[in-house]
Amino acid sequence: MSFISQSSPHAHATNSTQKVMLTVAAATTPGFIALVYFFGVGVIINLALAIIFSLALEALVLYLRKRPIKFYLSDCSALVTAILLGLALPPYSPWWLIFVGCIFSIVVAKQLYGGLGFNPFNPAMIGYVVLLISFPVNMTLWTAPVGFANAPSLAEAFSSVFLNAPLDGYTGATPLDAFKQSQGETVAEIYQNESIFSDAVIAGAGWEWVNLGFLLGGLFLLWRKIFSWHAPVAMLVTLTVCSFLFYNGGSDSGAPVLTHLLSGATMLGAFFIITDPVSSAVSQKGRLIFGACIGLLVFMIRHFGNYPDAIAFAVLLMNFAAPFIDYYTLPRSYGHNKSRRATEKVDV
Amino acid sequence: MTAKPITTELIATSAQHARKIFPIAGGVHPPQNKSQSLQRPLVSARLPEKVILPLAQHIGAPAKPLVAVGERVLTGQLVAEAKGFVSANIHASISGTVESIEELPIPHPSGLTGPCIIIHSDGKDEKAAQDECENYMELGREELIEKIRSAGLIGMGGAGFPTSVKLAGQAPIEHLIINGTECEPYITADDILMRNYPYEIIHGVELLAHLLGNPKDIVIGLEENKPEALAALRDAAMGTNIQVVSFPCQYPSGGEKQLIQRLTGKEVPSGKLPIHVGAVVQNIGTTYSAYRAVRYGEPLIKRITTIVGDALEHSGNIEARIGTPVSDLLDQFGFKAKKSSQLIMGGPMMGFVIPNADVPVLKTTNCIIAPSKKEMPPVTPAQACIRCGMCAEACPAQLLPQQLYWYARSDDHEKLLTHNLFDCIECGACSYVCPSHIPLVQYYRAAKGAIRTEREEKAKSDRSRKRFEFKQERIAKAEAEKEAKRLARQKAAQEAKKKLEEQKAQSGSSEATPTKPAAPKVEDERARLERTLASAQTRLESAKNKHQEAVAENSDRVEQLAAKVKQAETRVEDAKSKLAALKTAPANTSADNSQVSAPTSSSTDADNPVEKAIAKAMAKQSMSPYEKVKSSVESLTNRLEKAQQKHAQAVSDSGDNIDALALGVEKLKEKLDAAQQELKELAPDEPSKEAAQKEELDPAQAAIEKAKAKALAKQSMSPYEKAQSSVESLTNRLEKAQQKHAQAVSDGSENVDALALGVEKLKEKLNAAQQELKELAPKEPAKEADQKEELDPAQAAIERAKAKAAANAQLTPKEKLANQIESLKTRIGKAQIKYDTAVEENSDNQEALSLGLNKLKQKLEATEKELAELEE
Repeated sequence: MSFISQSSPHAHATNSTQKVMLTVAAATTPGFIALVYFFGVGVIINLALAIIFSLALEALVLYLRKRPIKFYLSDCSALVTAILLGLALPPYSPWWLIFVGCIFSIVVAKQLYGGLGFNPFNPAMIGYVVLLISFPVNMTLWTAPVGFANAPSLAEAFSSVFLNAPLDGYTGATPLDAFKQSQGETVAEIYQNESIFSDAVIAGAGWEWVNLGFLLGGLFLLWRKIFSWHAPVAMLVTLTVCSFLFYNGGSDSGAPVLTHLLSGATMLGAFFIITDPVSSAVSQKGRLIFGACIGLLVFMIRHFGNYPDAIAFAVLLMNFAAPFIDYYTLPRSYGHNKSRRATEKVDV
Repeated sequence: MTAKPITTELIATSAQHARKIFPIAGGVHPPQNKSQSLQRPLVSARLPEKVILPLAQHIGAPAKPLVAVGERVLTGQLVAEAKGFVSANIHASISGTVESIEELPIPHPSGLTGPCIIIHSDGKDEKAAQDECENYMELGREELIEKIRSAGLIGMGGAGFPTSVKLAGQAPIEHLIINGTECEPYITADDILMRNYPYEIIHGVELLAHLLGNPKDIVIGLEENKPEALAALRDAAMGTNIQVVSFPCQYPSGGEKQLIQRLTGKEVPSGKLPIHVGAVVQNIGTTYSAYRAVRYGEPLIKRITTIVGDALEHSGNIEARIGTPVSDLLDQFGFKAKKSSQLIMGGPMMGFVIPNADVPVLKTTNCIIAPSKKEMPPVTPAQACIRCGMCAEACPAQLLPQQLYWYARSDDHEKLLTHNLFDCIECGACSYVCPSHIPLVQYYRAAKGAIRTEREEKAKSDRSRKRFEFKQERIAKAEAEKEAKRLARQKAAQEAKKKLEEQKAQSGSSEATPTKPAAPKVEDERARLERTLASAQTRLESAKNKHQEAVAENSDRVEQLAAKVKQAETRVEDAKSKLAALKTAPANTSADNSQVSAPTSSSTDADNPVEKAIAKAMAKQSMSPYEKVKSSVESLTNRLEKAQQKHAQAVSDSGDNIDALALGVEKLKEKLDAAQQELKELAPDEPSKEAAQKEELDPAQAAIEKAKAKALAKQSMSPYEKAQSSVESLTNRLEKAQQKHAQAVSDGSENVDALALGVEKLKEKLNAAQQELKELAPKEPAKEADQKEELDPAQAAIERAKAKAAANAQLTPKEKLANQIESLKTRIGKAQIKYDTAVEENSDNQEALSLGLNKLKQKLEATEKELAELEE
């Protein structure tokens, strides 16, 4: 008799890409719950639409590319992209906004580059940035974190999403908007004038809990060794250090450290966006640099730029730099005195 | 199996075994699956019906078979010997008959076949004599290593490197590490060995330490999942300086480099051997076998192998003969073929799939896994790499497997090298953890192979490029040499031609026989002359014979033959005299041959005008313009004197050419003045001007001057002399024309007709000139002088002719004719010799020479007729 011939190793860990993706998706649960709790049913609609559109578009492109649809859909990478995009968009966004975002995330940023593993940019962030630049009004129209009971009803939500009906009376500034729009006021004045802060425990009503939720999910992923600590820690430390250095005790509009850490998409970005392995640097050293640079860019855009938040821009800018970082951050291999550079000239 | 309680106490109490354990990078923790095969005690395999002994079970050259098919062999008999230093002996593992020596599938990752010796068992297991040695530690190092070498010992952990080679090194060793790690899942062969033969192993360690110069650090390393083996070894090691240490399980801590790092904290430099950090690592099984080989003279013919897997009724360890077919062993464990989809030799991480169950157990086979389909399902299709970095976390060599994969797929060999591809130990940890199930190690193996091939090809092409360049260089050199030779020849030919021309100019007339540009060497010349002499003598003999015959027969050819005899005699005489001349003046000839540019001591024959002229021309060539002018002044002065004498004579003789001579004298005077003027001008000048002057003077001016000199000489001649010289020149030209014609004929050239016409015309002219000369002859009676073929300078000829004429004046016409006949005969003789030589040498000018010869003969006949008429 003869046997199947295959090369070693013959044993495999039970891990799989699907499991990794599903774990990441599951880890968004605390943050997702916080979002629903403060912003209402709109978050659920967002997420549901994003997932439906993304999977459908992924399947369509796989069909056009003549790839086995079930095999590739089952890696669940499109699901994760959809969840991240859905969580990043303002609740109650019109359906077409989500659709356009999904097209750019799944079709353009991912499949046109060759599918999973070949995309140089974070797909969710591409979709987000395209929308932010193309439809700035819709993209800054966040409802106030009034709580699930006071949030728009299901009927209002559907009319907003599908009929483009305005949700007057529900919208409100996010904490970072508040800072950006209140230039010239002291931090104390902002805190006093903006209800989003007056109702807050530490750093903006609702948003602080959303960020803590994502932090919790991120710690879960770290524990599961889905990614290494290097990039998120580097990013958060850099952001903390920068905001601390530039905070002068509240005598101008510079936001305090906790506001930076626990508002906007800080924690979502730190644990779910910049840890996307495909578009980030690969080595531990490289990921430290990658994360630190994102932290620095986030702070600089928030503090000196025109946009209230900056995770998407910072991540995309550093996606550009990732291969460059990789070239110069090879680890020192066993038996070598120092690490090499990928750019050095070698004779084959 | 439950650990003995004594174990923990031993670890806690024994200071002997306290050692710092260093961390290793990466690593994975696959399920160990060791308990299955530890349920039963070690068993001995039943005697196999046949064994298959591959000749290449080790790293290095395959062994050379020593037995013939049909030969009976005993257990432990050497059947194939090591071929070269890195090779290993192979012994019969059973007694029986050599069935065949052939190519069979062998257990190898490549799946290739290899030469094997197949022995059919006689069921007796009759042992060959073994050389036991109780006091082996008293033997010399070389002797011990030889014992290990002849036992065919190789690294039994998997690589199969000949043990004796590892031990033969002279470098100082700091650490002797015995590898009992057995970090691969499933395998328990070493564990069982350590449990069963701890004392033998300790003796083996002592033996190896002895061979390696007793290093201060001797350590046996085990993973902590073998507490019983640890306890047994520590018990056996009591009272020795051998440490037995265990450390946490972490695949692949049993890798040589990883084990060194674990136990010493040292890293073996990339591309180097453990010896570079003063370490030698030996497998625990090898250590045991080394002891057996030295103590009992046991060759390596059996080993412990783990037989494990869900496709078996039970698992366990078995002591099997090397060469036993795997199927034979599996049968003893109740192998259910239907349950299994593959058989793995070695562990699940680094082992390889064997093509079928008929392949034999090798010296390196530590495990055979027969997994069920559920236990090791067929590989799942690989998904996309998401660069999650789990592989990088697992890599014990601290590489970036995801990047290596990326570059391996794109065949970017440079990047693969900067990412240290060749530091990959192919442990499989990256593939094990990969969530996308990418066969990463397979990509690295393929990439390594591709790079090695590329290197080999590059080395090969470099070699052939060098060869090609060298060849080109050699050819170019040869061409250059050829070209240089050609140029030298051309130059020599031009110089010779120039000399000839100059000499012609010097002689004042254009008559000259074609001188050979480069005379043959004296020896050649002599040989040629001797040949000529010999042939002439033969001819003389035959002519004499013929003549006598004719006389006897009273033939009418008597006269003719008598003439021939005479002719032959003349020729012999001539050849003799020439040979004699050559013998007397070899120095002169050789001096001439060597083409020295400076004039040699004028030992040149006074009566050899050619040489004289050549010498003169050479002298001229080597002269500076000043010298040239000076010599020309001298020559002009000479000529002027002669001309004046002639003029004076003409005046006294009241000849009709007084006016012409007077004019010549005037002209010569003018020339002399001009030359003197030039001399004055040149005198103060430095030699810096020479080059330019030379150029100016050389070709054009010299030619003009020569022409002038010629014209002048002609002017100063009497009509008779003029006619004479013109006859000579015509004869000369005719000869040349004939040669050319002959050559053209032989070459089949297209201008044969034109040349023939030219020859005809020249003949006519010559006849006319001869006629003129004859008419002139009574006036200036010096007839034969012009007949001379030799290259006489006109002046000398005239002088001689005058002298002759004076003598001839007294002669009767009869005597004159007789003289003429004599001279003609001499010339015919000479011409005949020339012709013969030409024939001998198969020269181009044979025809021309024969033509000339015929003419001379005709002339002779005519003269003889004239004489006869006169006599009547």
